[in-house]
Amino acid sequence: MGKLFDYRTCPTTGLRVDRAAEKLIKANAVVAIVFLAIGGLFGLLVALTRWPAVHFLPADWFYLALTAHGLDVLLVWIIFFEMAILYFASAILLNSRLAGPKWAWTGFGLMLVGALTTNVAVLQGGSSVMFTSYVPMMAEPHFYLGIILFAVGALIGCGVFFGTLVIAKRDKTYEGSIPLVTFGALTAAIIAVFTIASGAIILIPTLLWSVGLVSHIDPLIYKTIWWAMGHSSQQINVAAHVAVWYAIAAMTFGAKPLSEKISRMAFLMYILFLQLASAHHLLAEPGLSSEWKIFNTSYAMYLAVLGSMIHGLSVPGAIEAAQRSRGLTKGMFEWLRKAPWGNPAFAGMFTSLVFFGFIGGISGVVMGTEQINLIMHNTLYVPGHFHGTVVAGTTLAFMAITYLLVPLIFRRELMMKKLATWQPYVFGIGVAGISVFMMGAGTLGVARRHWDMTFADAVLPFDFPAAAYLMMGLNGIFACMAALGGVMFVVIIVGSVFFGKKLADDEQPTYPEVPPEAAAVSHYGSSDTLKIPGTVFLVSIFFVAFVLYYFVNWKYLSEVWPLS
Amino acid sequence: MALTPPSERIWWRQPIAKVELIWIIVAFTWGLIMFFMMIYWHGAGKQNLSNEAYQIKPQAFAQKAQAMIDEYQVREESGFPVVRPPPGSDVYLIARLWQWWPILEFEKDQSYRLHLSSMDWQHGFSLQPVNINLQVHPGYDMVVTIKPDVAGEYGVLCNEFCGIGHHNMVGKIYVVE
Repeated sequence: MGKLFDYRTCPTTGLRVDRAAEKLIKANAVVAIVFLAIGGLFGLLVALTRWPAVHFLPADWFYLALTAHGLDVLLVWIIFFEMAILYFASAILLNSRLAGPKWAWTGFGLMLVGALTTNVAVLQGGSSVMFTSYVPMMAEPHFYLGIILFAVGALIGCGVFFGTLVIAKRDKTYEGSIPLVTFGALTAAIIAVFTIASGAIILIPTLLWSVGLVSHIDPLIYKTIWWAMGHSSQQINVAAHVAVWYAIAAMTFGAKPLSEKISRMAFLMYILFLQLASAHHLLAEPGLSSEWKIFNTSYAMYLAVLGSMIHGLSVPGAIEAAQRSRGLTKGMFEWLRKAPWGNPAFAGMFTSLVFFGFIGGISGVVMGTEQINLIMHNTLYVPGHFHGTVVAGTTLAFMAITYLLVPLIFRRELMMKKLATWQPYVFGIGVAGISVFMMGAGTLGVARRHWDMTFADAVLPFDFPAAAYLMMGLNGIFACMAALGGVMFVVIIVGSVFFGKKLADDEQPTYPEVPPEAAAVSHYGSSDTLKIPGTVFLVSIFFVAFVLYYFVNWKYLSEVWPLS
Repeated sequence: MALTPPSERIWWRQPIAKVELIWIIVAFTWGLIMFFMMIYWHGAGKQNLSNEAYQIKPQAFAQKAQAMIDEYQVREESGFPVVRPPPGSDVYLIARLWQWWPILEFEKDQSYRLHLSSMDWQHGFSLQPVNINLQVHPGYDMVVTIKPDVAGEYGVLCNEFCGIGHHNMVGKIYVVE
């Protein structure tokens, strides 16, 4: 075959690696991590301010830092990293060249300029409107402009991804269907297009409004469409990090999905139903009917939740099946006990899976119940929930796969391996603490996005119970732990990428261990070979916890003032 | 594995493992239960939001609130009028930068039609320590029938960010025997 594009051959997989794709993956991942560091720092400042004993920032800086925190981590870090994942799951996994690298660089440039523009707007102080920028509160025009540029760049990135799929199919660079991980990335990209379209529909008029060309934006319509972007963008994350779970399970165990059909169907459910979740943010709103709320908030009878619950069995199940086929069959949990807990990629992936399910997943469904939302809306329970999904889930999963990207794509040996072993636990437990204690404070009524829970300067006084202060103190402590985990991650990765030992083109990386062509389950879908009692046990615990927690909250609701 | 094309070309014809099938059935059924639970609560539960809401100009809402204050004010507290409207009546609570206006006084176990609207930006009605939370929009009048069932002094906090004075936006509701 002639040299159609500039590539090297991966010594681990034998796949051709398009150097143009590789450069783009590196650039997107590095910028992502820079914004993670910046956004994480703002997050720490926020947590230190909400720690009543510390109360670090003055009010105006607090609201500024909170706006920047949401923007830089929820949007910029995650979407940049997702661009890296899209290019990896298309060009690299499909053994293909990347479609239009110049377009991909244009998209990258737009995203970077957009992110910087909005950051400048926020740091100038005139745009402390929070990530959601609810109208009629108005930010500076370049706040909206930056987000729009960023979104256009991301849209171009999605286009490059779709184009690469077409090229790979045409050039027959792979046989049969695309891999499951690529399918998951495709899910994420499709949801991204919907997300960005919604963002354009609402942010372009809002930009025009901020420069005086449009006279009025209805706040309720703004919220409805904004969340078609805001919540759907979190579904991009879910699809992407589930794909990452499958990828890490495959890389560290050779694990194969229990059933291709079921796992793909579960991804498909994300595409079909997740977008309805805009309603999660509108349950305590005037002017929307209960029928609309119930149908949408439940993703049409919880079909997207069903998708996640399927992955929740399928991912650990695939790992268990792979481990058992390798002889780790003793008792219920030998496969799990003898898993590579010292490998940060696996450790991060598995903690991400557990925390996403138990903390982020369950709380999200409970809070998204039409009536239960009344006792949680806009309290700290909300950020408690989404730190469980987006940080303990998505961010931790992305960190985990970075440990594999460094040797495989950056071609550098990982430095500070000892530190790396600890990093997923420090970060994961820190974030789990943040989530749980914010949820705790939220059930006691503490408001989100609020500078002073003592109400020292308010005309009328109000006192929260001591338990609420305890929760916020614990939240502060765990935030420090998570920040430490974040610093460890940035130091390890940036150190390795710039100063790690270079791997020659034909050199196999030795860490984290990538197994020899793993002896995965030979026939999936066959009930004779497929025994996963450990996973069944874990999933049962999850289910019982889910049901109990769900009904406990109905009980709480039944105790508040009657409303109708 | 998940990183390579499926080894069985016709993967959609592969049988589904029993354990996965059972889990899908359990999860789907649980989804249905949660779905119908919300509908059930509309009939059997006591905490539901009405769908009653109107579009209204902020000035018009303020006038209605002022009329209520003029008629039923019983005293003043820290510069806020304290209003005790009759049970069953329409009660107006104004949200504005950065006040809940006026202070309301209800009788225990009586129903009131509480109207909420904002004069400016969005606000969050957060009744504490009961922990009932509603979103308040400018231009929309949301009507909720409430029936306070425990006497006491309650705080109304704002839990939608509304600018630099957001954390000082505290109101009050009294429930008396």
